[in-house]
Amino acid sequence: MSANTNALDPAATTATQEEISAEISSTHEDYRQQLLAGKKAETQPRVDFAPYRSSLLRHPTKNLHHADPETIELYSPAFGQRDVHALESDLTIQHNGEPIGERIVVSGRVLDGDGRPVAGQLVEIWQANAAGRYVHKRDQHPAPIDPNFTGVGRAITGANGEYSFTTIKPAPYPWKNHHNAWRPAHIHFSLFGTDFTQRMITQMYFPGDPLFALDPIYQSITDQDARDRLVATYDHSITSHEWATGYNWDIVLTGSNRTWMEEEEGEH
Amino acid sequence: MTNTPELKLTPTPGQTIGPFYGYALPFEKDNELVNHAHPNSVRLHGVVYDGNGEVIPDALLEIWQADEDGNVVSREGSLVRDGYTFTGWGRTAVNNVGGYNFTTVNPGATDQGKAPFIMLTVFARGLLNRLFTRIYLPEDAAALANDPLLASLSEAERQTLIATREADGSLRLDIRLQGEDETVFLSYPRES
Repeated sequence: MSANTNALDPAATTATQEEISAEISSTHEDYRQQLLAGKKAETQPRVDFAPYRSSLLRHPTKNLHHADPETIELYSPAFGQRDVHALESDLTIQHNGEPIGERIVVSGRVLDGDGRPVAGQLVEIWQANAAGRYVHKRDQHPAPIDPNFTGVGRAITGANGEYSFTTIKPAPYPWKNHHNAWRPAHIHFSLFGTDFTQRMITQMYFPGDPLFALDPIYQSITDQDARDRLVATYDHSITSHEWATGYNWDIVLTGSNRTWMEEEEGEH
Repeated sequence: MTNTPELKLTPTPGQTIGPFYGYALPFEKDNELVNHAHPNSVRLHGVVYDGNGEVIPDALLEIWQADEDGNVVSREGSLVRDGYTFTGWGRTAVNNVGGYNFTTVNPGATDQGKAPFIMLTVFARGLLNRLFTRIYLPEDAAALANDPLLASLSEAERQTLIATREADGSLRLDIRLQGEDETVFLSYPRES
């Protein structure tokens, strides 16, 4: 709870970028010292990360409690063509006209921690438009809404875990975490695995964004290798002639517990 | 679970759901695992609180559960509900006062003598990674007493996972992300 000495109301906070950046650097330096002392690398964000002010009262203070997965936790809901139409993966054809902005294709694979493709599973995305504005009533950023872009897509992964979305490159946008706070451009991804314990929501970023170092949400991941896993790669083989530039981003879920338990049962 | 195999790949980090999922993730009948008119329909409800005891008005919850007979189903149709197909999964954005509601059925025990529970996942602005927990049904005292997870918790912690059966038959469980009665959140093998 020591973190709660910081400003509690994110809307009222007057912290400068320099103050936020200094807090981030201090936590990251502590983490580097931990690594030097032989601690295991972190792979996930810290939920207790004070530079992201909204996290102060919204993270558990106790350690997560270990659970051995029971039957329901070894399975995941099933989604398929009944749930998602093939056209839902193209965010540029949902209205009468072409949305404004840089047309891109984002594609990759969903894998589990054993490298197995997660086939036939739901991927959901949502994002801001090319001006950095969400179609959401709480987004008050005075940037234009694009009548031809909602920014929501869905897909069902293929047999090799592959997915592909056609969309518009989102722009950075301001938020109220601190004075002059801007989020790096990103696409939200929602993912399911073969076990519901693999459920995750994350954000994909674009390579070389100058806002990375300043962003407390991205920097809540203390490990540079782990942060890099959220950054897509420009891929010219995905880029198509006179149509769209291409990015590749593969997603790795945690390990399935059902698969190895079944294999172990089979061995006896 | 002692010889859990090592992961070959490092999992991708999670990030917060943020404030702007409202036009993207909710869908029609997202919280209706069964129709209200289903003879065995049960309301599962509660409120999501932060560390100051204030309601969280922008959390998103998902549940995943067995059917009334304890069977884990594998049926498409969650996103386009026909009112007849039980898929076992539901989603809801909490309301302006942090309240959530699902219409579902009591899950059966997945194995004889097991305590039935519903899996719950919590997402919220300000929460940097999703949280998992369980909502146990309160009735089967012997099964609850034999449950390995509950047995590893203090009485106060146990109470954060066991729903209350209200007079109208509904199940009630509040979720506290932080503070004195903080909900017990779970980690599973093979997360890293």
